[in-house]
Amino acid sequence: MASKVLHAIYRDDDLLIQAVKQIREARYHIGEIYCPFPVHGLDKAMGLAPTRIAITSFLYGLVGLAVSIAMMNFIMIDDWPQDIGGKPSFSFFQNMPAFVPIMFELTVFFAAHLMVITFYMRSKLWPFKKAENPDVRTTDDVFLMEVDATNHDVDDLTKFLYDTGASEIKLIDNK
Amino acid sequence: MIVGAIGLIYGFIAAPENVEEVKEMMASGHHGDEHGAVESSEINVEQLPGEGIAEEHVQEETHAAGDASHAEEAGHDDEHYEHVLHQLQNKPWSALYVAAFFFFMISLGVLAFYAIQYAAQAGWSPVLFRVMEAITAYLLPGGIIVFVILMLSGFHINHLFIWMDPEVVAHDEIIQAKTSYLNVPFFLIRAAIYLGGWILFRHLLRKNSLKMDEATDNTYFKKNFKLAAGFLVFFIVTESMMSWDWIMSLDPHWFSTLFGWFVFASLFVSGITTIAIISIYLKSRGYLEFVNDSHIHDLAKFMFGISIFWTYLWFSQFMLIWYSNIPEEVVYFITRMEDYPVLFWGMLVTNFIFPVLLLMNSDYKRVNWFVIMTGIVILCGHYLNVFVLVMPATVGESWFIGIPEISAVLLFAGLFLFVVFNSLTKAPLLVKGNPFIKESKHYHY
Repeated sequence: MASKVLHAIYRDDDLLIQAVKQIREARYHIGEIYCPFPVHGLDKAMGLAPTRIAITSFLYGLVGLAVSIAMMNFIMIDDWPQDIGGKPSFSFFQNMPAFVPIMFELTVFFAAHLMVITFYMRSKLWPFKKAENPDVRTTDDVFLMEVDATNHDVDDLTKFLYDTGASEIKLIDNK
Repeated sequence: MIVGAIGLIYGFIAAPENVEEVKEMMASGHHGDEHGAVESSEINVEQLPGEGIAEEHVQEETHAAGDASHAEEAGHDDEHYEHVLHQLQNKPWSALYVAAFFFFMISLGVLAFYAIQYAAQAGWSPVLFRVMEAITAYLLPGGIIVFVILMLSGFHINHLFIWMDPEVVAHDEIIQAKTSYLNVPFFLIRAAIYLGGWILFRHLLRKNSLKMDEATDNTYFKKNFKLAAGFLVFFIVTESMMSWDWIMSLDPHWFSTLFGWFVFASLFVSGITTIAIISIYLKSRGYLEFVNDSHIHDLAKFMFGISIFWTYLWFSQFMLIWYSNIPEEVVYFITRMEDYPVLFWGMLVTNFIFPVLLLMNSDYKRVNWFVIMTGIVILCGHYLNVFVLVMPATVGESWFIGIPEISAVLLFAGLFLFVVFNSLTKAPLLVKGNPFIKESKHYHY
């Protein structure tokens, strides 16, 4: 499929946000932006859907809580009741305060680790993956914006992008 | 000026409430005392074997002594009834003390929060400074009220603190060992130092804040920065000692090393919640148009976070004592779990589970009525917290949230609102001259 993409390079994050707003107002389509660091407010400026990772985190926390309850119940009550400090060991609820630190820790553990793994999977990141960013300078100090140019006049778009403050523009033509 | 006039109207709205409640309180306070005496004498008449037992327990004792066949039994019962009578006599005082301390602690918590904003040079909060200053205005009347109650205890008008009773101390070696710290004059001197210090810091911070409105440079801001830092050092030491003196010493045998922090968490979260509620209220009336949802969001984050912090400290204290199971320590929790089960465990629901579930979602923290609703539950929960801290030591199992308790809360709520809204009228609702005010106005999350 033939597609034309312009790679516009910006050198400042405030400038980038301004440019994103102008480009979206002009009804051009931004494919992706590569940044050396997270830019505050960029997701809203680009009109991306809000992240749902908080919901997954909450659910993972619940899973962790359930696992810890089942685990402590099995280890300390069902399988091998132990008399520690004379605490009642035949009932989960009477012994519950002693398990709270473990319940808390496993909740946090599950929420944190599974959230990170979810994030990597959603971002399609895994070990030995080849880097996707088209210009290595985006890992250093420049911001690169992909603007879809398939159905637009490239010269007009280029001029428009320079007006928004782009420092250099490259045409990528996939024929 | 317009804002000032409108604020005064609020003051008047709060005032009649206040006066009515004063009357109600006076009536119920006396009623409570009489009721206590009457109730316990009724029990005596019904249950004691001997006839003609009079209302006064002194007479009961003589009767019991005279009636040889029932002497032992009656004497034992008398002791119990006398105990209950004392508890019931303590009840209205305790109700008064709990409510007085609760509203005082709100304004103290707000002052600490306010000082932290200065010391941290926070950029988001200056639009809320006048609200915070107004709430801290209650520090002076509230502090005086608490001090008067403590003084009355010191002069044996009431019996909240059993270590103040020389008879008890004479038979109690543990308290005897503590008398170099727990004695009435030193206790009152300490209370005066804490209160004086806090009120002085509050006064200076407020004065500089008002001067800042006219100032052209940052001199007063720098002064307040230093004052706030000094206050925080003074505060964390005195707050801790205050909580030992005013609350922990109600149970003079028991001690906990993180008690100061625990009380701090409670007063801090109550204070922040009050800031949020009053800000939202004023905003809904159109006075704080410069406060946006992001400010409310931040306050709600603090409510959420400090609620968890409170639970963390509550649990840390509870679990160590529960686990080690040393009689002299664990008795503190046994009385609370057996005599106050609903409040003791219910507190965890209102102060932890409820705010955590309701304020967890980022969007809910921006929904104002949601924050108000959660805030009211948190405030009730922390009232119960103070209640459970104080009541078991003063009234034991004879507790009940009845007319004295509720009217004491209403009385101080009325006074609190009157002082706070009256103070809001005294200065423009937006600080000027604070170097961060522009950032704060444009603050968005």
